[in-house]
Amino acid sequence: MTDGGGAADDIRRALTEAMAEQRLRIVASLIRTTGNWDLAEDAVSDAAERALVTWPRDGIPDNPAAWLTATARRRAIDVLRRAQVERGKLADLAELEELTGEGPEASPMGDDRLRLVFTCCHPALALEARVALTLKVVSGLSTGAIGRAFLTSEATMGQRLLRAKQKIAHAGIPYRVPTDDFAERVDGVLVVVYLVFTEGYATGAGSLADEAIRLARLLVGLMPKSDETRALLALMLLQHARRDAREVAGERVTLEHQDRSRWRHEEIDEAVALLRRPWTVRGPYAVQADLAAAHATAPSADETDWVRIVALYDELLDIAPTPVIALNRAIAVGMSDGPLAGLAALETAADDPRLAGHYLVAAARGDLLGRAGLRDEALIAVEQAIELAPTEQERRQLEQRAAELRES
Amino acid sequence: MKYMMLIVSDPEAADRPSDPAVDKVEDWVAKHDGSGKRLDGQRLRPPESATTIRRRGGELLITDGPFTETREWIAGFDILECDDLDEAIAIAATHPMSAAGTIEVRPFWPFEG
Repeated sequence: MTDGGGAADDIRRALTEAMAEQRLRIVASLIRTTGNWDLAEDAVSDAAERALVTWPRDGIPDNPAAWLTATARRRAIDVLRRAQVERGKLADLAELEELTGEGPEASPMGDDRLRLVFTCCHPALALEARVALTLKVVSGLSTGAIGRAFLTSEATMGQRLLRAKQKIAHAGIPYRVPTDDFAERVDGVLVVVYLVFTEGYATGAGSLADEAIRLARLLVGLMPKSDETRALLALMLLQHARRDAREVAGERVTLEHQDRSRWRHEEIDEAVALLRRPWTVRGPYAVQADLAAAHATAPSADETDWVRIVALYDELLDIAPTPVIALNRAIAVGMSDGPLAGLAALETAADDPRLAGHYLVAAARGDLLGRAGLRDEALIAVEQAIELAPTEQERRQLEQRAAELRES
Repeated sequence: MKYMMLIVSDPEAADRPSDPAVDKVEDWVAKHDGSGKRLDGQRLRPPESATTIRRRGGELLITDGPFTETREWIAGFDILECDDLDEAIAIAATHPMSAAGTIEVRPFWPFEG
């Protein structure tokens, strides 16, 4: 023990650090040994509360993480023992002995944290339940905070979490890292992480984007051989690195007009380093991350390597063809080979019925026609895009584009 | 854990190509009877042969046909004994009706649940 009665700030800091390091390990190992999710979460919360009582009195322990682990385990054992006495059952000695065993890494079969992630993201749970459960149990966010991030009440979110935990228990969803369909199940986990990230941007809850990146870092550590996991971390780092340049005075700024000095270049560097490592599997996240990196590493919009970007879009269309990717490829062709080549590619992409009446097609057409010097035709296309635009903000940006064309 | 596999017919099944990932039904039954995972199972006659029974207000009502009229109907069932849901999913995923129809897997509700 250190000198008694450390300052309140030191205690808070030590506890926050110890929880960040150990909370997930403790919860994951207690779920495995007790099979009781609520007990595992409560035991950790209880240990943290006890720390706030005993650390000011006895001093911060030498190893706060180990203290938290031991205290949470003791709490879990107490609760279980009491419940067993109440039910008139003899204590399940084997279970309790495992609980009191050495260290949280005592699990004989790999890392409990990975087991927990795969269970939270099991395909037999609804996607929204997977997201909520991952944020609650893996990230340790409060039910209220998750509810706010997803624009729903704490009560509704609490119900969603309760139903998810009940489904796991009642349907017999195993607490295990899958073996047979491992790659598909990893994809299922990454969908959850990326959804947390994009939801952070959709609702303006920036902390969710940070949380998604934290989750991806954890997964890269737990599955260092998973190329798509590493690629997703890089992709999110690259997108998140632009957070300070994306809006000016409440208006969204498109990539080409963003102030590149406001991008977080250390995060871009980290992502680029992740992408330089060799690939065994090149999936959609890897190609999307390379695309984002091609933009993020260009010194200016004019110096973007459009030939490479077109090639990456071609690769992405091979792996995961969608009409929006074909549309973006056409815009990139317009940059690499000139507006007329871009228009030809755009009309091919726009043949897809799923893009019928989509404002982005009209907006891209207006942009390419304008750059080809066909002002009147460009204006017609931009006006069409204004009519089709789904939000006020997009309409305003298109109005501005129309005004520029009229003045030119 | 015990699971009920409800085999549900799909009226659009005839329009889909066959899927090589599934077993023939005789092979599927033989495999999972042999491993002890399949405890029982039956094909059921179609809904036209159903009779619905209800007691309402002290009166017994017996009607011809199924309780609900839907295009999908339960064509059979299998009872499985599996370690967990993943095993039940893996077994259901090679049943021919996973391609030609839909399979719903539901855990039994144990007496102590």
